[in-house]
Amino acid sequence: MNMKAKNYFDEMRIDNETIRDIYERYQHWQNQLPSGALERKSAEAELLFRRLGITFAVYGESTGSERLIPFDVVPRIFSATEWNRLERGIKQRVKALNAFLHDIYHDQNIIKAGIIGKEQVLENVLYCQKMQGVDLPNQVYAHIAGIDLVRVAENDFYVLEDNLRTPSGVSYMLENRKTMMRLFPELFASHAIEPVEHYPQMLFDTLRESAPQGVSDPVIVVMTPGSYNSAYFEHAFLASQMGVELVEGQDLFVHDKKVYMHTTEGAQQVHVIYRRVDDDFLDPRVFRPDSTLGVPGLIDAYCHGNVSLANGVGTGVADDKSTYLFVPDMIKFYLGEKPLLSNVPTWRLSIKDDLKYVLEHLPELVVKEVQGSGGYGMLVGPTSSKAEIEAYKQRILSDPANFIAQPTLALSTCPTLVESGVAPRHVDLRPFVLSGKEIRLVPGGLTRVALSEGSLIVNSSQGGGTKDTWVLEN
Amino acid sequence: MLSRTAENLFWMARHIERAENTARVLDVAHRTSLLPLDIEGTEAYLWYAPLNITGCAAGYERKYGLAKAETVTYYLALDPDNPSSIYTCLKIARENARAVRSAITSEMWEVINATWLELNRVSEQMEYEKFPDFFDWVKDRSHLFRGVTLGTILKDISLSFIKLGTFLERADNTARILDVKYHILLTEADNVGSAADYYQWGSLLKSVSAFEAYRKIYRDVISPLRVAELLILRDDMPRSLHACMNEVESALIDINGSAGREARRCAGEQHAALHFGRIEDVFAQGLHEYLTDFLGHMDSLGKNIRDAYLSRRDNFDNLPTSRAVQSQQQITT
Repeated sequence: MNMKAKNYFDEMRIDNETIRDIYERYQHWQNQLPSGALERKSAEAELLFRRLGITFAVYGESTGSERLIPFDVVPRIFSATEWNRLERGIKQRVKALNAFLHDIYHDQNIIKAGIIGKEQVLENVLYCQKMQGVDLPNQVYAHIAGIDLVRVAENDFYVLEDNLRTPSGVSYMLENRKTMMRLFPELFASHAIEPVEHYPQMLFDTLRESAPQGVSDPVIVVMTPGSYNSAYFEHAFLASQMGVELVEGQDLFVHDKKVYMHTTEGAQQVHVIYRRVDDDFLDPRVFRPDSTLGVPGLIDAYCHGNVSLANGVGTGVADDKSTYLFVPDMIKFYLGEKPLLSNVPTWRLSIKDDLKYVLEHLPELVVKEVQGSGGYGMLVGPTSSKAEIEAYKQRILSDPANFIAQPTLALSTCPTLVESGVAPRHVDLRPFVLSGKEIRLVPGGLTRVALSEGSLIVNSSQGGGTKDTWVLEN
Repeated sequence: MLSRTAENLFWMARHIERAENTARVLDVAHRTSLLPLDIEGTEAYLWYAPLNITGCAAGYERKYGLAKAETVTYYLALDPDNPSSIYTCLKIARENARAVRSAITSEMWEVINATWLELNRVSEQMEYEKFPDFFDWVKDRSHLFRGVTLGTILKDISLSFIKLGTFLERADNTARILDVKYHILLTEADNVGSAADYYQWGSLLKSVSAFEAYRKIYRDVISPLRVAELLILRDDMPRSLHACMNEVESALIDINGSAGREARRCAGEQHAALHFGRIEDVFAQGLHEYLTDFLGHMDSLGKNIRDAYLSRRDNFDNLPTSRAVQSQQQITT
């Protein structure tokens, strides 16, 4: 693969005349639309989203300020064959990651086998000493995983990163579909599109399977940091779709190593918490003592097996960008299989030779902080000025081990409605993977799109939008 | 149900009802100010009534001084600094709703959210002449919310807490309107039966949507005694104290739970007093005294409800009852 290619793979067009098969019917439909029709539908969609309050809060602005994530009305389409391949690769990867987490919090065979360094795991700030020796139901740590994929050619997909802490965005996947069905019912009549609407039921089943041993009919709750959190809409959405309570830390308390919630009928025991609160804020007695979002004693109850947390505590050590490098090795080690999905080639700047190479090639590379997320604090070489590159270089030099670098990937493009009409924009894909007694996922996921021309950053916090993702039935 | 959820549902309903009531009070003040028969004298005299009814007089005076039509209207309708303005009430109602989005239906949320978005649009380009339309709009949105609630929500204790908030607020408001207006009107006692009287009493009745009901029930000149009877004791009159307490008591019985014993006793006592009360006795005690007593009881009822259901107790004196556990299991299976 030529990393520096300026010719991006377009998911719809092979060249100016030829449309890829799976987009043919869609394109035919679009060609027949009167001019301005897509724009009108797009405005209608925005109104729908605003009225439904599908918003995310923006940090650093006055309380209560809410923004919409731009929604693009042009769908992204996969064939069943493409999806089946991806699905197998994703399941394989998540299975290995959970096996890895179980291993490092128990016997640490992978370290003993010399496949991954002791310091990489045990000295990682995201490694949670408290979890050593704690047994979890089904040996699952990351019940909900978001695996970010990018495509660079017809058959070339790469995993950009694994999100094993509190991945978000699934509500947009669901609302995007609902909105598309409302705006373009005729498209759903003319295409056989795999449904995604059963995701909440799958999530509920996964959580129920993850209950502490011996609890056959668990009380499940969704735990949110509160209504000012950027993803609050999603927390409320998932709770109501599953028909469970949406709780905040203040609604819960621990008594005799069991977790209860305050209800109008008194205290009620809780068995499974789908928590959308970061590890650090879960329990002021164990983590940040200043956290008011958490529940004192929660981790104690968790370690005694009286309550399940999804995701488990201490998963960050496996989605760390420096641990990412070892995922293909994990797949071979735990599953004895060949990885179906590739990693992006990655340089670790803690290694001298890698550092040297990267510093010499900064204008071509993407550099990220090892523990960063959300597209913050990264350098995209090709679109940065000399001054920006120089400033970033100084940051790298002050703590090289805190960075990794990757080639600037030629992310595939997908037609997107922008001001000048429909034009290609870069996209990625985040499927949501559920692990309970089995691994489940709905076909597709959340497609994120970088709305400015040439931009490769798809994160919503950085001006990215989303699209409905279709997997066509065979 | 989570105590915090119950608390937010209760206050959501209360704030929407309060917004509607404030719109009603202002609407009547506007109509009255248009009447040629200005028996209430100065503008200030007329415009103090809505301030007193809504309990906003002190805050208003600090900010504006003397009561004037435009400033009182703005202060009660749109002023974000006024904690009881329609604007603030709808804002808080939306925040309450947002905090329990998973406990209300999406239709309910859409009504509240759309109301809030529209309110912001309207308030930016408001002119004094447009206020009557605005008051109608606020009432319409409140009606719509109630209709959507009844038409979409599961009839479980969520609905009971919503009803509790709505009817406690409504009882409170009707008692206040009656107290303030009656006081003003009685000073004009020599006008009984006059045209002025007809309009003045008429406006009081209209503010609680009781004018047509009055005509239908009494078919006679409007007399103070009957107005009081209609708004206090008639249980078929939707905004009367009696009708409100019917709803409050039945909501509390539906919610049940051992913690609510005192709240249920208190509501039952008030309800019985209204059910068996006679208007002659009310007047013998003095209407103002009677209403002051009633508002005091509403206050302590509100406090009982808060203690029993809405506050979170960090100790473990309230062990899970078998009933609570059972009902949760029914929900999750």
